[in-house]
Amino acid sequence: MTASAQPAARTETRNTTCYMCACRCGIRVHLKNDEVRYIEGNPGHPLNKGVICAKGASGIMKQYSPARLTRPLRRKPGSERGAGEFEPISWDEAFKVMEERLGKLRSTDPKKFALFTGRDQMQALTGLFARQFGTPNYAAHGGFCSVNMAAGMIYTIGGSFWEFGGPDLDRAKLFVMIGTAEDHHSNPMKMAISKFKREGGRFISINPVRTGYSAVADEWIPIRPGTDGALLLALCHELVKLGLYDRDFLVQYSNAGYLVNLDEKSEKFGLIACDETAEEKNPHRKHQQLWWDRHSKRAVINHTGDSDPALTGSYQLPDGTPVKPAFELLRERLSEYTPEWAAKITGIDAAKIRSLAQEMGVTARDQKIELPIAWTDSWGRKHDKVTGNPVAFHAMRGLAAHSNGFHTIRALSILMSLLGTIDRPGGFRHKAPFPRSTPPVYARNPNDPGAVKPDTPLGGAPLGFPGGPEDLFVDDKGEPVRLDKAFSWEHPLAVHGMMHNVITNAWKGDPYPIDTLMLFMANMAWNSTMNTSEVRKMLNDRDASGEYKIPFLIVCDAFQSETTAFADLVLPDTTYLERHDVMSMLDRPISEFDGPVDSVRVPVVPPKGECKPFQEVLIELAGRLKFPAFTKPDGSRKFKDYPDFITNFETEPGSGQGFLIGWRGKDGDKALVGEPNPKQWEMYAKNNCVFHHVMPESYQYMRNWNQEYSEWAQKMKLRRFADPVIIQLYAEVLQRFRLAARGQGKRVPPVHLRERITTYFDPLPFYYTPLEVQCTDTEKYPLSAITQRPMAMYHSWDSQNAWLRQIHAHNYLFVNEKTAADNGIADGDWIWVESMHGRVRCMCRCSNAVEPGTVWTWNAIGKAQGAWHLSPDANEARKGFLLNHLISEEIPMGGGRTVSNSDPVTGQAGWYDVRVRICKAEAGEPEETSPQFAPLPAAPGTGKVRKLWQAFVAGNGDFK
Amino acid sequence: MNPAFSVVFLTTLLGAGQGLFLALFVVEGAVAAGLLSAPASGFYSCGSATAVILLGAGLLASFFHLGHPDRAWRAAAMWRTSWLSREVIVLPVFMVLVTVYGWMHWLGRPGTLTLGLLAAAVCVLLFVCTGMIYACIKFLQEWATPLTLVNFTLLGCASGVMLATALAAVRGEPNVAVLGQWAMLLTLAGMATRIASLRRNAALKPKSTLQSAIGIHHPKVVQKAQGFMGGSFNTREFFHGRGPGTLRMVKWLFIAAAFVLPVVLVKSGLGAGSSALLVLAFAMQFCGLVAERWFFFAQANHPQNLYYQTVS
Amino acid sequence: MTQLALVIDLNVCVGCHACVTSCKEWNTSGEAGFMSDDNPYDRDPTGTFFNRVQTFEVGGFPDTQTVHFPKSCLHCEDPPCVPVCPTGASYKRPEDGIVLVDYDKCIGCKYCAWACPYGVRELDEHQKVMKKCTLCVDRIYDEKLPESERKPSCVLACPTNARLYGDIHDEESIVSKAIREAAGYQLMPEWGTQPANHYLPRRKTEAKLPGDVAARTDNPLNIDGPAPVSGRAR
Repeated sequence: MTASAQPAARTETRNTTCYMCACRCGIRVHLKNDEVRYIEGNPGHPLNKGVICAKGASGIMKQYSPARLTRPLRRKPGSERGAGEFEPISWDEAFKVMEERLGKLRSTDPKKFALFTGRDQMQALTGLFARQFGTPNYAAHGGFCSVNMAAGMIYTIGGSFWEFGGPDLDRAKLFVMIGTAEDHHSNPMKMAISKFKREGGRFISINPVRTGYSAVADEWIPIRPGTDGALLLALCHELVKLGLYDRDFLVQYSNAGYLVNLDEKSEKFGLIACDETAEEKNPHRKHQQLWWDRHSKRAVINHTGDSDPALTGSYQLPDGTPVKPAFELLRERLSEYTPEWAAKITGIDAAKIRSLAQEMGVTARDQKIELPIAWTDSWGRKHDKVTGNPVAFHAMRGLAAHSNGFHTIRALSILMSLLGTIDRPGGFRHKAPFPRSTPPVYARNPNDPGAVKPDTPLGGAPLGFPGGPEDLFVDDKGEPVRLDKAFSWEHPLAVHGMMHNVITNAWKGDPYPIDTLMLFMANMAWNSTMNTSEVRKMLNDRDASGEYKIPFLIVCDAFQSETTAFADLVLPDTTYLERHDVMSMLDRPISEFDGPVDSVRVPVVPPKGECKPFQEVLIELAGRLKFPAFTKPDGSRKFKDYPDFITNFETEPGSGQGFLIGWRGKDGDKALVGEPNPKQWEMYAKNNCVFHHVMPESYQYMRNWNQEYSEWAQKMKLRRFADPVIIQLYAEVLQRFRLAARGQGKRVPPVHLRERITTYFDPLPFYYTPLEVQCTDTEKYPLSAITQRPMAMYHSWDSQNAWLRQIHAHNYLFVNEKTAADNGIADGDWIWVESMHGRVRCMCRCSNAVEPGTVWTWNAIGKAQGAWHLSPDANEARKGFLLNHLISEEIPMGGGRTVSNSDPVTGQAGWYDVRVRICKAEAGEPEETSPQFAPLPAAPGTGKVRKLWQAFVAGNGDFK
Repeated sequence: MNPAFSVVFLTTLLGAGQGLFLALFVVEGAVAAGLLSAPASGFYSCGSATAVILLGAGLLASFFHLGHPDRAWRAAAMWRTSWLSREVIVLPVFMVLVTVYGWMHWLGRPGTLTLGLLAAAVCVLLFVCTGMIYACIKFLQEWATPLTLVNFTLLGCASGVMLATALAAVRGEPNVAVLGQWAMLLTLAGMATRIASLRRNAALKPKSTLQSAIGIHHPKVVQKAQGFMGGSFNTREFFHGRGPGTLRMVKWLFIAAAFVLPVVLVKSGLGAGSSALLVLAFAMQFCGLVAERWFFFAQANHPQNLYYQTVS
Repeated sequence: MTQLALVIDLNVCVGCHACVTSCKEWNTSGEAGFMSDDNPYDRDPTGTFFNRVQTFEVGGFPDTQTVHFPKSCLHCEDPPCVPVCPTGASYKRPEDGIVLVDYDKCIGCKYCAWACPYGVRELDEHQKVMKKCTLCVDRIYDEKLPESERKPSCVLACPTNARLYGDIHDEESIVSKAIREAAGYQLMPEWGTQPANHYLPRRKTEAKLPGDVAARTDNPLNIDGPAPVSGRAR
């Protein structure tokens, strides 16, 4: 190879943060003559330390994709929604349309405006916008992503996986991964797994499918989808039966020894017995729960003197109330969950379950870690060391996306707690701002329909963590106030909202019709919705008067997607390389185990065409609509633009708490809390776009019960209170809902939901067959169908990426070799996959890396013809397919009612519950996937010509 | 391998051209030795011209194989190591010699036999170069055998002599029968060696396996993804995409068209004194050899193919 | 004599394709010209890549291994692609053992690809020359880069650090040590090409359990009851 002489090019390197997925790695973007030459991982960034993934390294093809929307578009008058016929308009016009429409809604009935956002990383801003608008109808995509993971763990241990906590693989000896998607927290997880394995750690993967991370596991334990709860409960059963639990940890740090009132006649039945006479330390939470002291043989307030609680047995309080320690109730519950019982459900041998439990228990017990770090606990006791049990777990959507996921994840949290691995070295460790109390009190959703008033901000955050029936957002009749029915009796703990039901509910007018639906970065007419074909019809459906059932649809996206085709108004978003963004402590920061970390994006290239960042649209609209938080007392606009907003916004006037924690204070010398610093953006830009506050070692462990940490965290506004966060083996919160279902209290569920509440709000974890499966004829539909996200694609985003789409141009259904043979199907055959809701035609790929009762495919590879600026005969459209057509967003509930196909506790979408059957397509059927949809034309402003070939060379200006 | 028609025509046309020249030279030699009656001098010049046209057409076809034909001249550089480079040198030399040979015959100059001897030597060298281009690639076990050289030579000679027979017949020259007998003999010899190579190849055990390709020695290894889904150079260049049925059909087709039918046609052409049948025999054989050469490439199973089995 | 090479650790490769696209983005704007893509937004998209990650399944259910297998030019010590090149465009550098193609000399005859058993050479359909991994020769000697970044793009990108880079003739190099200590091997050794790139096999960590897991004085069941029963592993 010879170096050819090239004219001197202008080269430049700028740091920012990646957004090719939600991982948020630091990147260095090299520019040549203002074109992106090379994107590499930033070695100075704490998250990815210089590495980058396939998506991150393909950012160039996203930046210069012909699918990019570059002008605001209005649907052509008279054209059908979904036909994708648009005319370009100016931003002035677009803002005028929105200002008029939204202004009218705000001053009449704010809940008629719904804002739902997809994979955004700015929920603190979008949530604030919705709250200031006054609408309760706001959520991001968490409800159809992994809310079970967040809720199940936060309600149990005060923190959760992903950005809020994770496995400490630097010190773990045994790592068990169960139901993990391949793209979650991806680069740090990949780095950690590799280091862990090289240091001789043992890695077990429990998953129906062996791909990605599971591929490098030392042992793969295939499991049937949706049965993880049974396995986890059986593991707990074994640990408790063999005495392989960390008694001291449970006694000190969980509610294992707390006495539960078992007097069925009492109003406090099932609640934890407290000494009501003792002083309250926290208005939101009691801390005077009783133990039964083994030594003095009487009830005492927990952590009193030298007392040691009984964990087992049955006792009576002085007033005669029968009580049992929470651990005893757990042990009784677990007694039925034997390995033999679980084997039948999970498909895993009982002997394997036993040995797995023993391996966990023995590793935790016999390979203890001691770190010479002195710390003080919440009860003022000084410890000269931090100890840990080196068994770490990681779990994600595989557990979460089932309608029994909440209890499964409770079971996992309890398993981790029995092993004594919460915020200890070698186990699970929190990341700031977590741990938070259980349930957290930092966010409270409104609980009264009166919170929605014209021209007034919503009386509470749109999303919160209910602590009991009094926190539900329902009216007098117990009916939902939110469009998605989150925080209603149907899904009381829907802490991330239920975006997956928004279109269906709005279309039905149940609980009420709306006027305007604004969607940001969510492909709700395709891969982000269940029941895709029907939802597309709903978006285009009209009432008797000819008006659309969802009258106005605004979609903001950077690319021409299946969903933009349905919009009345399309707003062209920028790419991540063209904008300011914050990964905020108020939202989803990128903290490390050793301290809070947040980061920013800064523009490295100018916006293409008329693209405008969505956050700028929100700031502009907020100013035009004169939201109080965005308006000065004299009525003028408070914030010039988004960067100005980020610099100067404070959660309360003078609070010193804002979106960013770095370089606060007038001179930029304060961390976490401090007055706004006008040079904050510059400081981030100069420092790899990231701020990492490393806490003293004594703050880094046992944070649920670490006095010094808790006080510091309270001062730094990471937490509201500094009281201990007790692990909830027994979840009293759930019992409160059960009591309401008994008819107790001011708020009781509607009659038809009482049994549902009683069943699923069990304060102890239990296993049940997922709801969808309960209503399926499993003889007829014997197979579970699930999806995974490939590591080289992020949802539907990357089919417009010329490099990434070569790796995943279309998708197959992976079927166990034997299952395929039993159904008369050969590798590569065209087949039908059919659920009780619909059927798709696709190609079969035989595999031995999937358990026989499961079929799976890569998610969101299949595309509608012409979407994403692909030609109508692109592989994605003709050979690619979506499983979503087989999954319903609603399931029958009896009495002619339907309910969301979701977890009855949290509203988590039950993506992975669907059951299917497969059969070979008839000879002579077309060799393309089914269903197909009419091709979309290219929208104005997207690439003019679809190139036959291209060759990217930065700096030539061919792609700019 | 995916047969490239540029190379299929290159090798078949060169072979026929070379064989034709050798036929001319041997006839001239036999005439000189008094074994055959002398043809008209136009026979040699016309034959040489035909040979040069065939060689030129082959050369032209080869350019279609190149990404950068403008740089083809560079291909002469590495004659020390590359049989391809050697062929690139020898072919033009041979073409010049045949042109001069024909020209001298046309002008009636003396010394044609000496020049012919030199050209024949270069012709043999060219057969070796062409054959070795394929035979030297040890990974292509179907090719890596002396039989490749023998077949290229015999099949080239057979088709060339077949053409010489037709040429002589059309021109009304003597020696048609002798040439025809040589053609039949060479065709049958070529058939024998080609069938020998078919039998050899059918019994070949691939030296590389999926196990050695990825270094995992488990009896059950299956590819699930090759890393891309829309094809690549490695799938386009090394796979013909035809089923085993097509290959079997082509095999019987070329055995019939390149060997059996030409012999029958020559035999009956000689018997009936029909030059048309003799021309048909050559045409038939050439088509058969095109099929044979297609098969030659298609049958070669490159070990790289182990890496490119499945998409998903 | 130096022989630069990659050592790929199959024990940690999770098949993320980071090496595939980081290679593409570095090299398509590199000194030797583009890596074209055909049908970039159409049916059967296809383009030039120097590096691909493949997936294999080993064994039958449930003892299946899924193996992700990155593959690029192996920079053979005895590269069969070099002597067959008629123009000398394909060559092996004596100073560091990298096998390169001089794109100004290449006539695009594809003969070198035929002579490579590994399928790692790709003819660019529009530049019409043979392309392959260069070990980022335009990075690794670039003194404008900090020394820690004078490595091939794929090596810097790899999130699991599954790609080690160094001189396999230097016994003390990270790659030589890895080959020695983790039983590094070469692909298709039967051809004697002596690939410089090596692969490290899967290494399995087994469970270790005591015979009786429960019989201990510190078993909490001694407090909580019932007294522990013998729990035998497996």
